[in-house]
Amino acid sequence: MEGPGAFVPHAGAHHGDGTPHASVRTYVTGFVLSVLLTAVPFGLVMSGALPSAAAVALAIGLGVAQIIVHLIYFLHMNGEASRSWTMAALVFTVIVVAILVVGSLWIMAHLDANMMPGVMPPE
Amino acid sequence: MSAEISLAAAAGDTLLAEAADAYEGVHDTATTTALGFWIYLMSDCVLFAALFAGFAVLREQTAGGPDARELFRLPYVLVETSCLLVSSFTCGMAMIAAERSRRAEVLGWLGVTLLLGLGFLSLEAHEFAGLIREGAGPDRSGFLTGFFTLVGTHGLHVLSGMVWMLVLIAHVLRRGLTTANRTRLMCLSLFWHFLDIVWIGVFTVVYLIGVA
Repeated sequence: MEGPGAFVPHAGAHHGDGTPHASVRTYVTGFVLSVLLTAVPFGLVMSGALPSAAAVALAIGLGVAQIIVHLIYFLHMNGEASRSWTMAALVFTVIVVAILVVGSLWIMAHLDANMMPGVMPPE
Repeated sequence: MSAEISLAAAAGDTLLAEAADAYEGVHDTATTTALGFWIYLMSDCVLFAALFAGFAVLREQTAGGPDARELFRLPYVLVETSCLLVSSFTCGMAMIAAERSRRAEVLGWLGVTLLLGLGFLSLEAHEFAGLIREGAGPDRSGFLTGFFTLVGTHGLHVLSGMVWMLVLIAHVLRRGLTTANRTRLMCLSLFWHFLDIVWIGVFTVVYLIGVA
């Protein structure tokens, strides 16, 4: 029988949506992953095992992975519906940051190329 | 009979719903504060993005001066990174201790976090002093201007985080784990984790890519 009890709103399980659900296990998992994602790129660059371009690509990839690990395990960005505004702000910021960084590099690289002596057409 | 039960249950339901609302009213402040603080952090993110972009643009402009490969020692940076990473973890432990209402543990973890932050900052100050002594100060080249601005701004953030942490420790010592203090601790831990994330960008873009 479907009792009214089935519709009891927010009883029990409702636990501070603003404050993240933290547990020691989450933090330990995040910490271990983070140590690995720090140690590997440092080890690769310090040993010089890879050619420069490959090491750079790997360092960037692992850096991004580590940022995601921190967001999930330390900042608890786990896609809970109650934290959707937090996620919206984050996504918006990532877009702004991407435009800012990629755009600056792109524009400045173009300017650099055009400022090279001999590239400018003589007046 | 069954109608009576469901009526009583419905009344109980209303009460429960009211209690839940009141409960949420209390919690709402913390939720709103957390969101507001998060939006501040995101704006800080944009600030750092501008500094990262500036550094990336100036990376090759060494003006005949020393470049990243000559200046940076990765083992040293690895120690700095470890300080900050472990401090992020201990800060999280302080949060968990607060959720379990263990005041002494909160103070202990915050103390450890503070010491690790101090370790990080001393290492950074030592590195800066060394560079300036070698004549590789922020005025040497565009690359070094970008480097000192980016890494120095991060260092200033860590310093303010430590001042905040000291103040919070004083608050907790005086008044214990009140709702206000829990909210402050939550914001501080968001701030601290955020600084660690920025540092991931710094050690990747500045140090690892610079030396690779």
